[in-house]
Amino acid sequence: MPNATDYHWPPMDKRRVMGKRLDRLDGIAKSTGAAKYNSDIKPEGMLFGALLTSPHAHAKVKSIDTSAAEKLAGVTAVRAIVAAGDEIQWAGQEIAFLAATTEEVANDAVRLIKVDYEVMPHLVLEEDLSKVGNRARPSGEQVTGDTEKAFQEADATAEDTYGIPVLTHCCLEPHGQTIAIKGDRAEYFPSTQNVYGIASDIGRALNIPIANVHVHMDYMGGGFGSKFPADRWGLESAELSKSSGGRPVKLFLDRATELTIAGNRPSVFAKVKTGAKKDGTITAWQSETWSTGGIGGGNLNAALFPYVFTQVPNRRISHTAVSVNAGGARAWRAPSHPQVCFITCSAFEDLAAKINMDPLDMFLKNLNYTSRAELYKFQFAKAAELMDWKKNWHPRGDSGSGHVKRGLGLALGTWGGAGHASTCKTTIHPDASVEVELATQDLGTGTRTMVAMIAAETFGLPITAIKVKLGDNSYPNSGGSGGSTTIGGVTSSTRKSSVNALAKLFEVVAKSLDVSQDDLEAVDQRIRVKGNPDKGMSFVQACQKLGVNSISEMGANEPAKAPQEGLNTGGVGGVQMADVSVDIETGIVRMNRLVAVQDCGLVVNPKTAESQVYGACIMSICGALYEERIMDEQTGRVLNPDMEFYKLAGIGDIGEIIVHMDIREEMDKRGVVGLGEPCAIGGVAAIANAVANAIGVRAPRVPLTPARVLAALDRRIA
Amino acid sequence: MSLKKDPEKRKRKSNFSRRGFLQGVGVTSGVLTTGVLETEAEAQSAKLLGPGEVPITLQINGKPYKTSVEPRSTLLDTLRHRLDITAAKRVCDRGTCGACTVSVDGKAMYSCTVLAIDAQGRQIQTLEGLSQNGKPHPVSKAFVANDAQQCGYCTPGFVMAAKTFLDHNPNPTHEEVKAGLGGNLCRCGTYMGIRQAVLDAAKEMKGTKNA
Repeated sequence: MPNATDYHWPPMDKRRVMGKRLDRLDGIAKSTGAAKYNSDIKPEGMLFGALLTSPHAHAKVKSIDTSAAEKLAGVTAVRAIVAAGDEIQWAGQEIAFLAATTEEVANDAVRLIKVDYEVMPHLVLEEDLSKVGNRARPSGEQVTGDTEKAFQEADATAEDTYGIPVLTHCCLEPHGQTIAIKGDRAEYFPSTQNVYGIASDIGRALNIPIANVHVHMDYMGGGFGSKFPADRWGLESAELSKSSGGRPVKLFLDRATELTIAGNRPSVFAKVKTGAKKDGTITAWQSETWSTGGIGGGNLNAALFPYVFTQVPNRRISHTAVSVNAGGARAWRAPSHPQVCFITCSAFEDLAAKINMDPLDMFLKNLNYTSRAELYKFQFAKAAELMDWKKNWHPRGDSGSGHVKRGLGLALGTWGGAGHASTCKTTIHPDASVEVELATQDLGTGTRTMVAMIAAETFGLPITAIKVKLGDNSYPNSGGSGGSTTIGGVTSSTRKSSVNALAKLFEVVAKSLDVSQDDLEAVDQRIRVKGNPDKGMSFVQACQKLGVNSISEMGANEPAKAPQEGLNTGGVGGVQMADVSVDIETGIVRMNRLVAVQDCGLVVNPKTAESQVYGACIMSICGALYEERIMDEQTGRVLNPDMEFYKLAGIGDIGEIIVHMDIREEMDKRGVVGLGEPCAIGGVAAIANAVANAIGVRAPRVPLTPARVLAALDRRIA
Repeated sequence: MSLKKDPEKRKRKSNFSRRGFLQGVGVTSGVLTTGVLETEAEAQSAKLLGPGEVPITLQINGKPYKTSVEPRSTLLDTLRHRLDITAAKRVCDRGTCGACTVSVDGKAMYSCTVLAIDAQGRQIQTLEGLSQNGKPHPVSKAFVANDAQQCGYCTPGFVMAAKTFLDHNPNPTHEEVKAGLGGNLCRCGTYMGIRQAVLDAAKEMKGTKNA
């Protein structure tokens, strides 16, 4: 059956479902309140878990006494996870867990746990590298070419120190789970990006067969890279359930704990020097960077400097990780990229200002240092058109006499995003119902809808005819959702399992019509003969011929084979341009417009794809103007672990956002590529550059709060 | 008035009640001003109870719900933990993010800032109560049509905020939508869709009324 293994996507002009602007399948469930998240469920007999965390950033436990908590009526189990002599390394580190019949009792019981600490010195601030002492871990220097000579020969050089702080993921649904351990079986309802893989964390910790850990998750309220492992609260909740006669235990972190210990993105500070010729050719890059990712130090990939323009001929790059007494970093949408992009694009914009050049012209002039010159050229042209860049851009600071100054800025980004390993099962039943099963998860990116669209396209059916079953680890393994690898993986495996199932259906229909199965096609809810559309039967009639036997076929995306198959690939580019107004009397920055032009290969659903880009733009606005984890030097605690002072943009703070998905045949033929991360990279840099352009001076440290903007203006005067 | 000043406090064990407390104060203290006494008398007539669980009845989505809660329990936690009405979400739990928004007597309120015992006798509407005869409300439909949701965790609060906003301002401008929904936060970044959804729903709801 030669055609059975022809998994190629239909040509763009032949697609009936893919590429259409369809509503997400779970939209109504979410907007009517019918969607049940795992933080919403309440199985019979459920107990509430709670945890005690350390108030000290660095301390030794002298004693811990849980007896009063154990005696409180309603408390079913208490587990101290530290003992006298243990060293605590950050404020918020878990000390004890307990379960009780109500959440109120659980919280009361936590307050009854007595812990004596010997408080020790801590370090929580990394911005001033001279004050971090032996907590600095330098990782050597990479040198290419001769930067000293290049700086001497340059027509212009630019130098500054830039900074982008630690952010916390601030998932709206906090980390947590409901879990029941009965004997050697677990019913596990986590909020996770890793429905299949997370079972092993519980199985290993509880010493029960992983096969007996049943993971369920229909919906989840945001992860952004921070929700892969079961975490200590998952494992301890399992133990609490076990100690409480197998009753389910629910423990979702409260907001303060969520923002303190459930993941963060490393900061980056950078002393940068760049050099260029008068014509805008960049000749040299030198960066000394440092960052923290918590107690484990920074996990920045400094090899990404200078971002995208990696082939600048003379480069000197060094990086120092700083270990601070704070919760550990986790992956965040495009790890390292937004920070490295911000520092690189800021430095090059400053360099362009030194030679009085439009940064768009400078970026275009140096695209030969990137690996996607033609793509970026096209995308910058498109973004410039949408922004009307040439009309609206002005030299730095040349922004009129009023107190509100307008400016434009730009940035560019890149990401991989090839599909991960994914296995899928497609079943056609005799009643013509079609099921697609795979143990993936829909983080709100639209995975459920994309899977249905691929199966619908393959079978010539509307998406409502496809029953997508995901969020359950009893389905075939489809990998965790990280690195923008989900869409490539699940679309490819769904396509292959559906093509395989359809081939089996074709066998039956071919016999009935007395044609070769290679001559058949599935279009418009019919199975018909190619070139002779009247010869055929409805999909329903075809399925009736199955008698009592359903067809079930598997399909897999194997990353090593994917490049030959052409269903998915990796490597994309995107550019962003920002337009801001800055009031130089108050220092307040307002967004006017943010333009994003983004490639992600074959776009399965432009509507949900655009939503992801809108969201990434807004996340970038948050990072550029509002959000920052603030540590208190005295107490060593997070000062703003709430949503009042850990600031996110509101609906009135974002200006207008213009998204252009780069949908062209030459992009499309590369297959499906991930989108979640690449669009979340350039925005901060574009906005920061727009502010510099508006006020005539670099405000080098984001978020650009009024105080920082005013300080930058002072710097201009000084 | 501080409990610490109450000479009766140490004597009470478990049967503490606000009424008993007030009586105790009335007997033993001669320094209360008339104004405070009036206020306390009103409080007395409100029949406040606690600190253990007390029975309450809440009017939710047009139906009475009986349950028992501690007086310190918020309306949000009572909906979610006692009544299994879970559309309203607990996110910040401090009256900032709006994910717990419900309608109380026709006004949008953060249910994390309302005590359940204080919500008695008031008409509470949650997102679950917005659909009529299984048909989604125009605001819910507009959220889908404009893809105004991703992970969906802020969505119930936003839909309720949008619905009550439109009840008070049926014909809003773009600027009014931005101001009117400024009390809700989204992390996935769905504001562009939400703005358009609210404007579309306004049109749809007017059409519904005229029909």
